Amino acid sequence: MITPIKLAPWLATFGLFAVWELVCRLFSVPEFILPAPSAAIAALIEYWPAIWQNAFYTFWVTMVGFALAVVFGLALGLVTGASALVYSAIYPLLVGFNSIPKVAIVPVLVVWFGIGTIPAILTAFTISFFPIVVNVATGLATLEPEIRDVMRSLGARKIDILLKVGVPRSMPYFFASLKVAITLAFVGTVISETVAGNGGMGHLMLTASSSFRVPLVFAGLLVIAAMGVGMYAIFALVERRFVGWAFRGGDTG
Amino acid sequence: MTAFVELDQVTMTYGGAGSDTTPAVADASLTINRGEFVAMVGPSGCGKSSLLKIVSGLMPADEGITRVAGEAVIRPLTMVGMAFQNATLLPWRTTLENVLLPLEVSRTHRATFRRKKAEHIEAARSLLKTVGLEGYEDHAPYELSGGMQQRASLCRALIHAPDLLLLDEPFAALDAFTREELWGVLQDLWMQRKFTVILVTHDLREAVYLADRVYVVSKRPGRIVYERPVPLARPRTLESTFDQGFVDLVHKLRDHIGEVRAS
Ligand SMILES: Nc1ncnc2c1ncn2[C@@H]1O[C@H](COP(=O)(O)OP(=O)(O)O)[C@@H](O)[C@H]1O
Ligand SMILES: [Mg+2]
Repeated sequence: MITPIKLAPWLATFGLFAVWELVCRLFSVPEFILPAPSAAIAALIEYWPAIWQNAFYTFWVTMVGFALAVVFGLALGLVTGASALVYSAIYPLLVGFNSIPKVAIVPVLVVWFGIGTIPAILTAFTISFFPIVVNVATGLATLEPEIRDVMRSLGARKIDILLKVGVPRSMPYFFASLKVAITLAFVGTVISETVAGNGGMGHLMLTASSSFRVPLVFAGLLVIAAMGVGMYAIFALVERRFVGWAFRGGDTG
Repeated sequence: MTAFVELDQVTMTYGGAGSDTTPAVADASLTINRGEFVAMVGPSGCGKSSLLKIVSGLMPADEGITRVAGEAVIRPLTMVGMAFQNATLLPWRTTLENVLLPLEVSRTHRATFRRKKAEHIEAARSLLKTVGLEGYEDHAPYELSGGMQQRASLCRALIHAPDLLLLDEPFAALDAFTREELWGVLQDLWMQRKFTVILVTHDLREAVYLADRVYVVSKRPGRIVYERPVPLARPRTLESTFDQGFVDLVHKLRDHIGEVRAS
C-alpha cells in the first residue's frame, strides 16, 4: 500500500529538483555556474559509458575500503569496549586521528603507494573506520551493571559475558554505524580520486570541471549521491533484518 | 537450623577503606539460616544494595567477615540467583531463552548445557508455567507487560536452583495490584523450593507478607538497627494483610523507620 510516509521521500526529492530547475530557468543561471537538473541528466545520458565505467570503479574501491573498515572497526570496537584499559589508552589516539582531514593524508598515501587504487581504498577505510569503532565500543561499554552482576554471580566467564550479552547488545550500534560509515566511505574514495587519482568519479569530475563541462560534474555528483542513498537503504534493511528487536516491536516487517 | 549467611562487623566504603567518603555499610552483623526468607528495609541510599553485593561477593568488604555456607566470601559466589527493579531481560532473546541463560553460562551447568538442553527447556517451561507465563515462552521481552517481565526475571533467577536468592526491590516498579499478585507467586515458589532469600524492599507490607524476619537498616552509613521476626502462619494471603497481627507488625516497623529517618 502506498502510504504518505513511503511517498514522502520521492516527493521531497522531486520537489527539490523541480525548484532547482525552476530557479535555473527563471533567473537564466549560466550552465557553467549552476546547470539545471535537466542539463545534468542530459550530460548523464551523453557521457553514460564513461560515467558508468568510473562509477563502477569508485563503487568497488569504496566497497573494499568499507569492508576493511567493518572488519577492523568491529574488532577494535570490541577490544576497546570490553577493556576499560584499552579504552582509555587508545580513545584519545582515535579521536586525534579522526580529527585529521583525510584530504591531508592522501599525499602521504601517494608517496607510499603511488597514485591510484590503493590510496583511494585506504582513504575510504580511514574515514569510515571511526564511527564503527566508537559505536561498537559504546554498545559494549554501556552494558547495564545489573546484567553484568547477574552473569558474574553465576560464575560466568568474561568471554561468555562478552559473547552472550556484550556483542549482541552492541549490534544495533554496529548496524547503525554502518549506515553512516558507508556514506563516509564514498566521500573518502572521491576525495582521494580527486586529489590523486587516475580514474573514478572524483577523477572524472576533476577533468570535467577543468574543461568547464559543469553539467557533467553535476551528473557525477548525482551518481555519487545515488550510490550513497542506495547503499544506505541496503544497510537500513540489513539492520532491520538482524537487529529488529532493537526497534521495540515497531513495524519490523 | 544452621547459619547460611553470616555477616560479622562488615564495613564497606566505595573507593576503598582509605577513601574519605562515608562508608556505604558500617558494622553490619547478621545471621540468616538456611531456607529462611529475610527482608531488609531502610531509607533509600542507606546501603541495602551494597549489602547484597557484599553477600554475593560482587563487592569486597573492607572490614569484617562475610560467610556463606560456612565459607568466607572472597570472590563472587557462583550459585546465586538475582533479580532487580529492572527485569534486565535480554531483548534479543525470547522469554524462554532468557530463562535458560544461567544454565548456559553458570560454572556448574555450562559444560553439560548442550547435552541436557531438552531437559533444561522442560524445566524452564514448567517454571514459567508456575509463575503464570505459559504460552509466552516464545515471546520477546518487549511483548510482555512489566509484571510479566518481572515474573520471567524471577524464573531466570531460579532456573539453576540456586541456594541463595538476592532480590533488590524486584517489585518496586510495578503497580500495586501486580505487586501484590507477585508476592503470592514468590511465596509459592519459596514454599516449594525452600531456598534462602534476602529481599530488599521499601514496602513494609511486602516485607511482612513475605519474610520470616525483617531487618531495618539505618540511613547511611548503613547499620542494622532493628530486627523483627514475623511469626505469621503460611501461606499468607492478601486477606491476612488486614489481620490485626499483620497490621501491628507493619506499624511497629514504620515506627522504627521513622526513628531511623529522624535520627
Ligand atoms: N558504585 C558506587 N560508587 C560510589 N558510591 C556508591 C556506589 N553505589 C552506591 N553508592 C553510594 O553508597 C550508598 C549506598 O548505596 P546503595 O547500597 O545503593 O543504597 P540503597 O540500595 O539502600 O538505596 C549511597 O549513598 C550511594 O550513593
Ligand atoms: Mg538500592
